[in-house]
Amino acid sequence: MGAMIPKLTIEDLTVQYVAKEQTTVAVEHVNLTVADGEFVSIVGPSGCGKSTLLKAVSALLKPSNGVIKLDGKRVQGVPDSVGFVFQNDALLPWKTIVDNVRLPLEIRGYSRKEQETEALRLLETVGLKGFENYYPQQLSGGMQKRVALARSFGYDPDLYLMDEPFGPLDAQTRVTIGDAFLKMWEKVGKSVLFVTHDIEEAIVLSDRVVVMSKRPGRIKAVFEVNLERPRPYYDSRFDTRFKDLQKEIWSYIADEE
Amino acid sequence: MEQAESGTVLSQPEEKAGKARISSRLQILLGRILTGIVIFGLWQGLSGPVFKSTWVSRPSLIYTRLAKMTMDGSLWFHLSITLQEMLIGLVIGMIVGTVLGILMATSGKVQHYFSPYIMALSSLPRAALAPLFVVWFGIGLNSKISVVVMMVVFLAYYNAYEGIRNLDSDLTQMMNSFKATRLQKLRWHTLPSIAPWMMNSIRLGIGTSTIGAVIAEMVGANRGIGYYISYSSALIDTTGVFAGLVVIMIVAVFLDQVIVFSEKQIFKYRSVNG
Repeated sequence: MGAMIPKLTIEDLTVQYVAKEQTTVAVEHVNLTVADGEFVSIVGPSGCGKSTLLKAVSALLKPSNGVIKLDGKRVQGVPDSVGFVFQNDALLPWKTIVDNVRLPLEIRGYSRKEQETEALRLLETVGLKGFENYYPQQLSGGMQKRVALARSFGYDPDLYLMDEPFGPLDAQTRVTIGDAFLKMWEKVGKSVLFVTHDIEEAIVLSDRVVVMSKRPGRIKAVFEVNLERPRPYYDSRFDTRFKDLQKEIWSYIADEE
Repeated sequence: MEQAESGTVLSQPEEKAGKARISSRLQILLGRILTGIVIFGLWQGLSGPVFKSTWVSRPSLIYTRLAKMTMDGSLWFHLSITLQEMLIGLVIGMIVGTVLGILMATSGKVQHYFSPYIMALSSLPRAALAPLFVVWFGIGLNSKISVVVMMVVFLAYYNAYEGIRNLDSDLTQMMNSFKATRLQKLRWHTLPSIAPWMMNSIRLGIGTSTIGAVIAEMVGANRGIGYYISYSSALIDTTGVFAGLVVIMIVAVFLDQVIVFSEKQIFKYRSVNG
């Protein structure tokens, strides 16, 4: 097979904001790779620049220094094969559920008929069959999250960038959605860079967990998660390997606060 | 994924609440009719014994005049031209103002070059331009439409501009992350986002365009409700002046109701239960 080119390579990334003549360094000297099909989570204290990192990768933010490569090619402008999942879902309130899911398919240039069929199929896979003509605000937070996930799966990127996607959900819904997402992801097997402040969530989903320091954000430690897949989303947390890892990661984060 | 979370779809409003709403609406309607009767009754009764009826006319006289004007066709003769000026001016003003607002708000630095001048223009008492427009465009339709456009265009401009400035940045980033084209962004995100702002412009624009059309007609015209009002006032025909004003009022209220109705249709997604 030869040397595998990583899906994503981040080399010496620094991002800073200039606001009112004051420069804030959000992330500094970050080096990170995500292999093809690998699930990598980033955890760290709030305000450590986790989201900034994701936005730089998708070129929604311009880095001050460093290089971002996808499949070994330098990223210039918003890349084609990257899907962003936002914390607050970013659903269009004036569009029905099926239209929201249809959006990336329309952008990709499918015919109207193909868009509808595919959107309905995606909605069925996230358990929202029969809700296609509702508006987002008629659904609960968990259901809106499913719509956002269905839309991302429809876009079918090679790399998912997920910015605390389950953050606003209540504890129970988090587990149900997390479980559903894990099962869907295990089927598609695409690369994911996942930002969260929830260590358990990070461990259960990931192949590797990256801990970032507080601002300016640097990579402090990287942990391999040696739990076999497919994993039970909830029960994994009773595994001793899980508990040891959780303890270790927490010690690094607690150190930061 | 077998089942959706419970308690997700909110229940329909209960029948009881619906009945209570109907009865309270009925009450409001009755109250309104009663208030109208009192106001018009006072006007009718006091005009003559207390005020000179040549100053304030009387509802019965105005009614008779309007009936007569409807019969002999002069009402439609004047009203049709005023409506044309208003609506054509409103449409042109809305389109031009909205397009300018969108362009400016998305123009980056360029907006700062123009903003003081736009501000200065918009603070101009634009009714004062009416005589100038009559000189430029003659006493026909064009000068009246120009005045209406001048009055509506800034409304539309500022509303569109503010609408763009208030776009949800998460939605903007979402559209960008999917690599939507400019046209797709406009259709899926920008226009629906600023639609409520545009609706607001149209609603305010109805009143403004009425003022514009009537003032322009008073300055120089040979047709239109504004012309009829100024003609009547030159003859000290108070009833004629009031008849003209009543027609304008009815038109404005009617158009406003049309807007309220279409607002409910267009923005259904906002009023769905939840």
